Amino acid sequence: MKKERLFKVIFATSALFSVVAVGVISIFLFASAIPTIAEIGPLKFLLGTTWKPGSNLYGILPMILGSIVVTLISIIIGVPLGIATALYLTFFASNKVKKVMNPSVELLAGIPSVVYGFFGLMVLVPIMRTVTGNGKSILTASILLSVMILPTIVTVSQSSLNALDPALLEGALALGDSKERAVLRVMMPAASSGIMSSVVLGIGRSIGETMAVVMVAGNQPRIPSSLLEGARTMTANIVLEMGYAADLHREALLATGAVLFVFILLINLSFSLIRRKKK
Amino acid sequence: MSEKIKVENLHLYYGEKEALKGIDLSVKENMIMSFIGPSGCGKSTFLRCLNRMNDLIPTCRIEGKVYYGGEDIYADKYDVARLRKNVGMVFQKPNPFPFSIFDNIAYGPRTHGIKNKVKLREIVEKSLCEAGLFDEVKDRLNSSALGLSGGQMQRLCIARALSVEPDVLLLDEPTSALDPISTEKIEELLLKLKKDYTIVIVTHNMQQALRISDMTAFFLLGNMIECDDTTKMFSSPTDKRTEDYITGRFG
Repeated sequence: MKKERLFKVIFATSALFSVVAVGVISIFLFASAIPTIAEIGPLKFLLGTTWKPGSNLYGILPMILGSIVVTLISIIIGVPLGIATALYLTFFASNKVKKVMNPSVELLAGIPSVVYGFFGLMVLVPIMRTVTGNGKSILTASILLSVMILPTIVTVSQSSLNALDPALLEGALALGDSKERAVLRVMMPAASSGIMSSVVLGIGRSIGETMAVVMVAGNQPRIPSSLLEGARTMTANIVLEMGYAADLHREALLATGAVLFVFILLINLSFSLIRRKKK
Repeated sequence: MSEKIKVENLHLYYGEKEALKGIDLSVKENMIMSFIGPSGCGKSTFLRCLNRMNDLIPTCRIEGKVYYGGEDIYADKYDVARLRKNVGMVFQKPNPFPFSIFDNIAYGPRTHGIKNKVKLREIVEKSLCEAGLFDEVKDRLNSSALGLSGGQMQRLCIARALSVEPDVLLLDEPTSALDPISTEKIEELLLKLKKDYTIVIVTHNMQQALRISDMTAFFLLGNMIECDDTTKMFSSPTDKRTEDYITGRFG
């Protein structure tokens, strides 16, 4: 009896740890960000289009848009690719193919982001340069990110597809359906909540990625007019200037981090709402 | 009565292992035939040969002939989708799709190209009526099928199978996961459906075979030992092994 209680306490404390971590991080971020944003002016900060710390101009709209656009395009490329891969691996691939592909996908998840960035710089940027400009652009960053989020989307979708009762597929086939249609019309919708989770995780990974993006996105702090132009994301903004920033400049970078944090909270919240509605 | 399904010298192998060892059988239309036998005797495997569900198992190989309506269903270029539309199947565990009741039934017709909403609604209602489920669910066709009871789910699966207008219905131990009352409902339903459909049912329950089927086939270790009128088989089986099984001496 006593031992059970001890374990209960140990488990509860462990569980509490992550809650405390989130709490502490939020307090730290917002405690320094809110006064900063108030000092700069919320509208000037969030909707200002010019980021010039030297002239005391701290508008992060270009970075907000940069993050949104880069993430969005990486999702548009990565999600269909990832889901299709998961469907293929779960329902169509032979055991031989699975034996090769599953470890490769997992390995993709283990590659450090700086290596992705380096790959992007050496391979992707020169290819993009043939299209236009110097090759560092929103599109370059998005393509690289779409590869980086693939393992998350594939493995999470795959595990939810694998958890489905194979009798569902048989049920559809027994009605005279083709396997392809049954997979798309029965199995994919049946696993939709797992697939949605994989998309959320992918968005989170994409919007929070820093190193690889800094290396290929160009990082110009202005609102781009095309996908082939460079852009700076919120994460890039922080990492590029944190090293030398001081005073209000430094505070403004922290506030950028707080805005990023709010974005991630909103993404998680909206998806959990969607999932609850479905039930 | 004419012959609906005819099987000649059917052998089935899983890799090297021979699971069915030369089966001959014919099923006449508008009757219920039940397959009985101990677990692992091959009765479910045999049932799944009749709508080619064993095609899904990569190591599975089949020799011999299966005729449905006079056509060899294992012939090259035979249309498997059409076969499965005509020879419907209900599984051991109720397997409704995680959709609404309506969409569950409409899935089959949609698969075969019916898009008209009025027509779909007609089919859904007709199928649910045939499966004796309509009155219980008519007010909640748009709610999830997963909210139904086990017995209702299984009748939903029967309705789903009926939605594509089959003429043979294969049932693989359809009541083994259900309570006695749901089982009774399904048995009554099958007796009613017999006049429009040919029914083949695998069952572990010998009383069930006796209650509902016209013909019974007894399987043992991949062989079909005996196939006869149900009443005759249960009163005076010709084979000693059949007698031992139905009197409960093994199995």
